Amino acid sequence: MSTSEEEVPGALVRPYAVTRGRTRPRYQFAIEALVSTTDFGSNSHQRGTPEVQTIIELCREIRSVAEIAAHLRVPLGVARVLVGDMADDGLVRVHQPGHEDGQPDLTLLERVLSGLRRL
Amino acid sequence: MDFAGSSTAARPLPNAATTTSVKIVVAGGFGVGKTTFVGSVSEIAPLTTEAVMTSASEPLDDLTQTPGKTTTTVAMDFGRVSLDSDLLLYLFGTPGQYRFWFMWDDLVRGAIGAVVLADTRRLSDCFPAIDYFEERRLPFIVAVNRFDGMLTHAVDDVRDALTVGANVPVVTCDARERLSTKQTLISLVEHAMAMRRAGTAY
Repeated sequence: MSTSEEEVPGALVRPYAVTRGRTRPRYQFAIEALVSTTDFGSNSHQRGTPEVQTIIELCREIRSVAEIAAHLRVPLGVARVLVGDMADDGLVRVHQPGHEDGQPDLTLLERVLSGLRRL
Repeated sequence: MDFAGSSTAARPLPNAATTTSVKIVVAGGFGVGKTTFVGSVSEIAPLTTEAVMTSASEPLDDLTQTPGKTTTTVAMDFGRVSLDSDLLLYLFGTPGQYRFWFMWDDLVRGAIGAVVLADTRRLSDCFPAIDYFEERRLPFIVAVNRFDGMLTHAVDDVRDALTVGANVPVVTCDARERLSTKQTLISLVEHAMAMRRAGTAY
């Protein structure tokens, strides 16, 4: 995402204005894909649009793409575009969930089961 | 925002690459208690996120180029449960209507499975979700939400009415109770593992 965006997006700005009209993200992140701020991103928190700065602050703790969308109050598609751009710029790290195209494997399911039983 | 003013900068940054996320879909008709179910076990207050879609049920694309198209905003409530220091479970409550089908592919891709919440007074509300999960061969269980502690149908009657296979667990739950929700999720994961072992999922 360019850091020289002139307009300051606010409540009156249509959601896709913050992505400059793009609705197709570069990466098809899962909605539960995890995002964390990198050291570089952490040191760059003064840069970028308000959305970028917000994501940098939010992802000092690990958040999913869905959580980022909810906190920013933007549609999932917008969050995907923003996060993709930020990953390209090295500001955040994205971890796709523990599966490829199929389901989580049995080892992961075992861990989920153990975790649930401990709750 | 809730993070404003918190001085998290001094703490070491977590690394998403060492943490794994999984998700479970919670489906069912309007008002059946999906958000209550999610909220009873979530460590965060359920959040709402939106997907903007064209009415022609196309993937996220070209909305800005075609201002004539009607767009639909679909809200989903979701919650999060930390299962381990490096394992997060997300629960997504989904709108159960046919016309929101287009967003389900995104939701179920990679999901452990689904809990179909059922209200015995409106069992037919479950049909769309059950049809969809059967078609996608996504592991699912039916959880009859016991409103006010009253279970008006026997579990077998519900199974018959829904015409789900004998291998699909039908359980009862109280979506308001954390322990009950937890047990329902355990039933789903066990079922998903059984399907996985039998080679019948995906």
